Amino acid sequence: MSKEINPDHEDLVHIGPEMAVAEADVHPDEAGTFVRGTSLWRDAWRRLLKNKLAVLGLVVVVVVTVASIVGPTVIKGVFGFTPDFIPTHNINATRSLPPFTGPNGEFTWTHPMGTDNAGRDQFARVLQGGQISLFVGILSTLVSLLIGVSYGAIAGYLGGRVDNVMMRIVDVLYSLPYVIVVIVLLSMFRSQTPRGQLILLFIALGSVSWLTMARIVRGQVLSLKNQEFVLAARATGVSTPRVIFRHLIPNTLGPVIVYATLTIPQIMLTEAFLSFLGFGVQAPLASWGSLASDGIQNIAIFPWQLIFPGMTMALTLFSLNFLGDGLRDALDPQMRTV
Amino acid sequence: MSSDGNLLEVRNLRTYFDTDDGVVKAVDGVSFELKRVQTLGIVGESGSGKSVTNLSIIRLIPEPPGKIVSGEVIFNGSDLMLASNEAIRKIRGRRIAMIFQDPMTSLNPFMKISRQLMEMTQLHLGHTKAQARAHAIRMLETVGIPDAHTRADNYPHEFSGGMRQRVMIAMALSCEPELLIADEPTTALDVTIQAQILELIKKLKRETGTSVILITHDLGVVAGMTDHVIVMYAGKIFEQAPTRELFARPGNPYTKGLLRSVPDPTAEQGKLYQIPGLPPDVAHLKPGCPFAPRCERVEEICRREFPPFVQLNAEHYSLCHFAREVYSESGGTPA
Repeated sequence: MSKEINPDHEDLVHIGPEMAVAEADVHPDEAGTFVRGTSLWRDAWRRLLKNKLAVLGLVVVVVVTVASIVGPTVIKGVFGFTPDFIPTHNINATRSLPPFTGPNGEFTWTHPMGTDNAGRDQFARVLQGGQISLFVGILSTLVSLLIGVSYGAIAGYLGGRVDNVMMRIVDVLYSLPYVIVVIVLLSMFRSQTPRGQLILLFIALGSVSWLTMARIVRGQVLSLKNQEFVLAARATGVSTPRVIFRHLIPNTLGPVIVYATLTIPQIMLTEAFLSFLGFGVQAPLASWGSLASDGIQNIAIFPWQLIFPGMTMALTLFSLNFLGDGLRDALDPQMRTV
Repeated sequence: MSSDGNLLEVRNLRTYFDTDDGVVKAVDGVSFELKRVQTLGIVGESGSGKSVTNLSIIRLIPEPPGKIVSGEVIFNGSDLMLASNEAIRKIRGRRIAMIFQDPMTSLNPFMKISRQLMEMTQLHLGHTKAQARAHAIRMLETVGIPDAHTRADNYPHEFSGGMRQRVMIAMALSCEPELLIADEPTTALDVTIQAQILELIKKLKRETGTSVILITHDLGVVAGMTDHVIVMYAGKIFEQAPTRELFARPGNPYTKGLLRSVPDPTAEQGKLYQIPGLPPDVAHLKPGCPFAPRCERVEEICRREFPPFVQLNAEHYSLCHFAREVYSESGGTPA
């Protein structure tokens, strides 16, 4: 015979009156000890600051960026020449000047990295090159973020046939050898002005760099969309675009930021490679790649023409990679192998 | 069966899932009604279709693979199955709100509590930011979050499980819905917090006059909270009765088994009863009664024919070939 549970006999069931604690004394020990909300970002920032290599990377990146932005202006103020201007005292110089050397072989602070073949100050050139290299890297990454994140999130959330079609398009684009695509694009629309060429470079790099981002975000969204908070949001009447852009994308930002940080050096490297081949930035504009390309011709006689842009680029790329690794550890502490 | 004063009527609801393993009939012909201000309990083992029933009501079944094959859900006189997506979105959260099982995962970890609460009223009640924020804080105070002003700007991970469930309740009730669907609201919480949360739901229900559908597998919770109970098994309603009646005079062998498996703290130490076997695979149901392989009083007919839905008295129904006999054994007089 079955036992009976009498609903009136409340001490047999979980909700006996002695357990239904009155509201006032629910949290006696918690009251008054609240701290300000710590967001995940703040936690991540704290963890990032503990990673010395990442902090070093961050410092170098900031220094290089600031120097690139204000450097040419400062040099113009102090020494009176711009990166594409040949200082008058060098016009008659017969050769590229070594670092810290004046036209007559004396020591001078005017050209800490020497001059190039035409007599332009190498330091100013490298800083200006940094401006363009970083600009290309960051802007193309932003383009890839914008396209890749929305594309991946939409594909992942809608799923089914839409996802299939969208991701097959990505697969097809992936299978194209993108360096060749970029080279074809750049030579097909070869622009007359250096600025036009630069814009073309952005478009070419941005349009191929969003594919991996789309895949990463799609993967993230696929694993997130079945979590209960998405169902809860939908159960409160939130529309699909809002679920994607307000609820899902912020949750994917960790991996997205990490990947974006690692995309910047990758794109900078591609840009340098293209400029080295002569497809990228055109004189009188300069990027680290085009400076290195100019320098390589004289490597035996004037090694500083290659060394300085090369070293600056290597340093920046190293730093960005360290920063990216640090961010990955900071944003995803479970992944850490410490 | 229908009468006025019903907030919700579900008629012959069928929700199937297409899987590689065949069609899973997660909910197969479920009908019930809920009067205003009443609480309905839905109990059953895992996979018996409790949650799918309620997700179907507000059309949140993932399609594909899920599909609501047939049925009507009459809410306040209009059939939600025929409503446009736009219309149903206005009902979700505003008039029918849900609380989910796991408070640890049902809040967005990247949004402050206040913003998640504000989203609700900004969306449905057209509140401005300031109004929504004031309302959010008032709701947090209502559900017993101390120092709601400061706590509103915390993130979900800074709350304990019980507190998060309070936040969920605050969110669900912030638009004063007519129906609250609580899908195992206390399963993920420990017993003392369970009691607090249930007490809170009871209190808020008294104050706001909301009707509640409470899904649970805890019979104790059902006993203390509900007016009516539905027992589900393999996507079907096995027994349906007023709570008191169901506990006193069960008319179905499955319900009896469930009641027997509730541990009795006053009894001497002994072996805990359990219904033998496992719930059936709803993708491959055999023709007879789905409970037959596990039933104590199974007979030949049970394996052959699907049982009838027998009316035992005015409000008591049972799906069993021997419903009348079982009911008599429990001390009832079948009508």
